Amino acid sequence: MTRISIRLAALIGAAGLAATLAAPAHAGKTLDTIKQRGNINCGVSTGVAGFSAPDSQGQWSGLDADTCRALAAAVLGDAKKVNFVPLNAQQRFAALQSGEVDLLARNTTWTLTRDASLGFHFTTVTYYDGQGFLVPKKLKVTSAKQLKNAEICVQSGTTNEKNLADYFRAQNVKIKPVVFEGFEASFKAFFAGRCQAYTTDVSGLAGLRNKEAKNPDDYMILPDLISKEPLGPLVRRGDDEWFADVKWVIFALIEAEENGLTQANVDEQKANSKDPVVQRILGTSEDTGKLLGLDKEWALRAIKASGNYGEIFERNVGPKSVLKLPRGANNLWSKGGLVYAPPIR
Amino acid sequence: MSVDASATRETSGPPRTRPPLFAWFFQTLLVLALVALIAWLVSNTLAHLRERGIRAGFDFLTQPAGFEIGESWLSYESSQPFWSAFLAGLANTVRVALPGIVLATLLGTVIGLGRLSRNFLLRSISTGCVELLRNVPLLVQLLMWYFALTELLPASNDAVHVAPGIFLSKSGLSFPWWEAGGFDWPMAGELNVIGGASVTPEFLAVWMGLSTYTAAFVAETVRAGIQSVSAGQLHAAMSMGLTPRQALRYIVMPQALRVIVPSITNQYLNLTKNSSLAVAVGYPDLVSVANTALNQTGRAFECIAVIMSVYLVLSLLTSVLMNRYNARVALRGAG
Repeated sequence: MTRISIRLAALIGAAGLAATLAAPAHAGKTLDTIKQRGNINCGVSTGVAGFSAPDSQGQWSGLDADTCRALAAAVLGDAKKVNFVPLNAQQRFAALQSGEVDLLARNTTWTLTRDASLGFHFTTVTYYDGQGFLVPKKLKVTSAKQLKNAEICVQSGTTNEKNLADYFRAQNVKIKPVVFEGFEASFKAFFAGRCQAYTTDVSGLAGLRNKEAKNPDDYMILPDLISKEPLGPLVRRGDDEWFADVKWVIFALIEAEENGLTQANVDEQKANSKDPVVQRILGTSEDTGKLLGLDKEWALRAIKASGNYGEIFERNVGPKSVLKLPRGANNLWSKGGLVYAPPIR
Repeated sequence: MSVDASATRETSGPPRTRPPLFAWFFQTLLVLALVALIAWLVSNTLAHLRERGIRAGFDFLTQPAGFEIGESWLSYESSQPFWSAFLAGLANTVRVALPGIVLATLLGTVIGLGRLSRNFLLRSISTGCVELLRNVPLLVQLLMWYFALTELLPASNDAVHVAPGIFLSKSGLSFPWWEAGGFDWPMAGELNVIGGASVTPEFLAVWMGLSTYTAAFVAETVRAGIQSVSAGQLHAAMSMGLTPRQALRYIVMPQALRVIVPSITNQYLNLTKNSSLAVAVGYPDLVSVANTALNQTGRAFECIAVIMSVYLVLSLLTSVLMNRYNARVALRGAG
């Protein structure tokens, strides 16, 4: 009797296990899961100044962190309902593939391999970056072409290693990369003088120079950019609705800047604006939210939470922030930059 | 008595509870079930990866790698395929593990003998070394070695000319090297020392860190091995007129080795596996190269599988060699 019941239990257990393993990978719609869970799992870096970095109280700030907050405000009605998941360069893709995070907003470069073979969709570009070099001024190097035979510190698990090899091969110049797994070790070795140059995206170099160097004036970023690094959030394939939600929340932030909507004036504009474009964005005329599976005021809440794209830029990476980066390519298309959003209508 | 026992065994034998055919049947069934389970798990994983649009497979190994490796025994360039990058990484792992094993054995033996010395100072220093080295995590020691080296060495563009053709700087120790029919002499360039061959601070940090850490364990093994030889053996040797050195060489060590060799094999295996921590201080070992490859291609499962199988093969090879040696020093038969 007991023996039979044990066997039966084992059989049922095995069948249950088999059923779980055989279940389809994405059980429900991401949006439904998020609403049920009550917060968004947002994959961020372990600390890249200006993009996603925690302060001493554990508050995350940065361009990527603000994007996630705007998204939470639009989707869940509360910008605080974001669960930031810090991921290193190697962990990030597995975390998104496995569903541990709902989106990856982690200064990740949009490339063909990542878009086409890892099971992801890149939503849009939130920062146009390029790879550059940080060098000590005392070496009197003024161009990347002078880095012949130089030892160059770089962090592994990024697009930077490949760009580095490509660039110097095209120049027919030999260099020696010194590859570190950890970000900390890589820049500490550079500041100790182990390498003659450090390479990563220029935004990262600015953060390093201004935050980690003992004396920032001893170092300079070379004018050469050796690659295009369009950075932006990405989501898993197989859920088009969620893909659209993330994309359009970012577009709404850009549209808001184009139309002069700011964190401060958005309520007043909602009450008084006669501009049909503004009315559509803020949901006073058409209900654009219905098409996205959201409510009427999704964009209004996103703008109120993080401000428009320009405000997010100024606060985190602009001339008044630690990074002191010029707007450059990240200005609106109407002001000579590349930032352009399809219309909300 | 013994004749009796064997006679009984021949005639009746131990009672068999089940016919062998029955046992064979169930064992075959079990193996088949296991194989089926593994096959199903693999095919299920592959199906889901396909469903999510994730590419899988080892076909990427023949694609060009596209990244450089800082230092290598093999002539590797970024235009070569991934498998040669892996090979260059493996060569770097072996390049640090072998000298590590040699230095750890030498240092360990010296410290282990020091632990047994009658000299109070020598004994205390040896004990202190062992306790310090084996009680601080290896990763911390590696970082300590590395940052000490990079901070202490002279700047790369201001290398110290130690001897003709030998330079010391943060880029490492550069020395002349035979290349293409002549010696390639290093010279001080504008940014750093160019030409010749060099031993980098990354290599030095990993080599020193691994060998000193493992030496502490080797020392304890050596001490235990020597102490396992009964004191009577030593006394007998001395009374035969052997000097202490001769007694150690001909009487104590051959017996101690029987205890030492099996457990020192473990230390060699550990050292090789611990060399994977090299990635923390920028030494391009197999794990470092595989990490880069993993990120370029996104084939996490495949790259980890390569790492696992390479370390497995390395460890099994070390075991085979050490077992051969052990068979030589072990007691032969019960003669």
